[in-house]
Amino acid sequence: MKASSLSRKERKNLIRILVALAMFIVVFAVDKTLVLGSVFEGPAAWVFPFCLYLLIYLLIGYDVLWRAIRNIAHGQVFDENFLMCVATLGAFALAIYRGVSGLEIEGFDEACAVLLFYQVGEFFQSYATGKSRKSISKLMDIRPDYANVMRGDKTERVDPSQVRIGEIIVVNPGEKVPLDGVVVSGVSALDTKALTGESLPRDVETGCEVISGCVNLTSQLEVRVTKEFYDSTVSKILELVENASEQKSKAENFITKFAKYYTPAVVIIALLLAVIPGLITMDWSTWVYRALSFLVVSCPCALVISIPLSFFAGIGAASRYGILIKGSNYLEKFNKANIFVFDKTGTLTKGSFSVMKVSPEADRDEILRLAAIAEQDSGHPIAKSIVQCYGNTPEGGYTLTNEAGMGIKAVRGDDVILCGNEKLMTEHGIPFLKESGLGTVVYVARKGRFVGSILIADEIKPETKEVIGALNGMGCKTVMLTGDNDAIAADVAQKIGVSAYQASLLPQNKVTEVEKLLAAKKEQDVLCFVGDGINDAPVLMRSDIGIAMGGVGSDAAIEASDIVLMRDDLRGISLAKRIAKKTMAIVFQNIIFSIVIKVAILILSAFGITNMWVAVFGDVGVAVLAILNAMRVNSKYEKSENAKK
Amino acid sequence: MKKVYRLEDLDCANCAAKMERAIAKIDGVQSVSISFMSQRMSIEADESRFEEIMQRAIKACKKVEPDCRILL
Repeated sequence: MKASSLSRKERKNLIRILVALAMFIVVFAVDKTLVLGSVFEGPAAWVFPFCLYLLIYLLIGYDVLWRAIRNIAHGQVFDENFLMCVATLGAFALAIYRGVSGLEIEGFDEACAVLLFYQVGEFFQSYATGKSRKSISKLMDIRPDYANVMRGDKTERVDPSQVRIGEIIVVNPGEKVPLDGVVVSGVSALDTKALTGESLPRDVETGCEVISGCVNLTSQLEVRVTKEFYDSTVSKILELVENASEQKSKAENFITKFAKYYTPAVVIIALLLAVIPGLITMDWSTWVYRALSFLVVSCPCALVISIPLSFFAGIGAASRYGILIKGSNYLEKFNKANIFVFDKTGTLTKGSFSVMKVSPEADRDEILRLAAIAEQDSGHPIAKSIVQCYGNTPEGGYTLTNEAGMGIKAVRGDDVILCGNEKLMTEHGIPFLKESGLGTVVYVARKGRFVGSILIADEIKPETKEVIGALNGMGCKTVMLTGDNDAIAADVAQKIGVSAYQASLLPQNKVTEVEKLLAAKKEQDVLCFVGDGINDAPVLMRSDIGIAMGGVGSDAAIEASDIVLMRDDLRGISLAKRIAKKTMAIVFQNIIFSIVIKVAILILSAFGITNMWVAVFGDVGVAVLAILNAMRVNSKYEKSENAKK
Repeated sequence: MKKVYRLEDLDCANCAAKMERAIAKIDGVQSVSISFMSQRMSIEADESRFEEIMQRAIKACKKVEPDCRILL
């Protein structure tokens, strides 16, 4: 604990506590060895130790006393300050009673110590909460402070909200990109870690879109602003994160409700405990003392602090990996999520075509070279994927003719290349080897002879299988929805291992399909829909938890979903699941731990087995332990599932 | 109308819950949520009486925790 990390108020408090603690130790030690009560003789011998302890008591507790008096004036009876004062002043009164009635002088030290430890606990509590709050909000520190905007021939430093669309801003190395826009000049690398959790920098050049919140790393960029500040990615994300703690979970609501009844209940029991056995046994000092111990444990602070703190830490931990969770209720629900419905294109697959197979493989380069020549001028995604796969610039000089619905014929002198589907081959009477793989097949022939075929399909993301496997392993049901025909869907489903699929769906049918699944699920099941956020906003909203992938730059997705994976990486789902699991485990531990300890102390002090020292531990010690436990949520998580095995 | 306010010196989680309950009881408040962790209060209330309701909310907070201030 470095002193520099404390606020002025905290430092003042710390000094006060240390001074009081030192004084207490001295007085306590002297008291135990010399017995202060016997320094003076006579019936008023108790006054001397009383004065010494009272001095320390006032030093450490004047603020608690003051708050108690003030709150009573406001009608706040079950206020923790007040209860603490009743407990400690009551202990003092008992000790005075003992002194006056000539019994052995004791109890002053205890009253003093209880308040002292209470203050120590409060100090730790506020230190730990403040610290965790700071460490978590630092993760979300993506707000840009200023923008360098070019106005006239000089740049001005202004607030990002004052920059209008179309203006040019300059982003120097080391600065945050303040607004969304398009690079008009400069080449640089951007650090998107704060937004997406991705540690590899992203290269940008003229024409690239840049998102606010990234940090410019290498060299100056000039950016034409495309969105106003309140519309830009960074504002949207901050709004989302700041609103996240509004959506309270069931656990939090339970705790606040519990707290509402806990304190009055404990106080009433304490009263009964003092009065009834007191009247029966007439041993007032014993029973009043036990009742006072009750009051020390009457504050439900440990619970009330540690539960929201755990959720806050969970949401914070997730955001560090580019996973935005819109509320602790979603984190709580996501832990129970057991039906995952995936949109295929763009979610399980890359959503772009690529060459999957060239046969015969031995002639790969030649086949691709010929196909690229034929397809070089076409704008069709399939043609583009072939040219991209070929990699070089295709040879020119060919006359290209489109044979509608079949393919392309490229002619240069007597060199004739045919590139197209089965029909094209049949039409030209060329015998060919049929490719049975699923996807789109392009056949290539040269000078009337079949050369080979290229299989093109939407590529499955490399992590898909691992993630689906992990979810299946957790006992979840995985469902794939796709607009593709049954043969392709069955093939993909089998490859990635989803437990069910629905094929040939029109976009609007996805909602119906999800509704069917929602109707079929059991009460406690939680259905998640995972989509890329394009065209599936209605489904995202309809499902129990909507998860949008690749959220950066897609406002619709951010708004419609409950969990946003900023990076286009499915592994975020299993990671979020693990964070949710850990958070809920800690929430559960804290609830059980705090309640059990408190109840145990209540029972033990009712029977006089424990004393106030233990009770004060029950109050502040438990709170500190619960806070420390809550902070474990915000630890490091391994990226891949394998790390656990 | 929904508005979000920052709270200063909100030191005790139980007080946050108490304030939340007190404000929710004010006539005209549709919903209120106080987050101890982010030190924010979001309140939804009748637009026509918003000023008056906020004044009462401030009073209610003062009563529970005089140290805590709502930054308007």
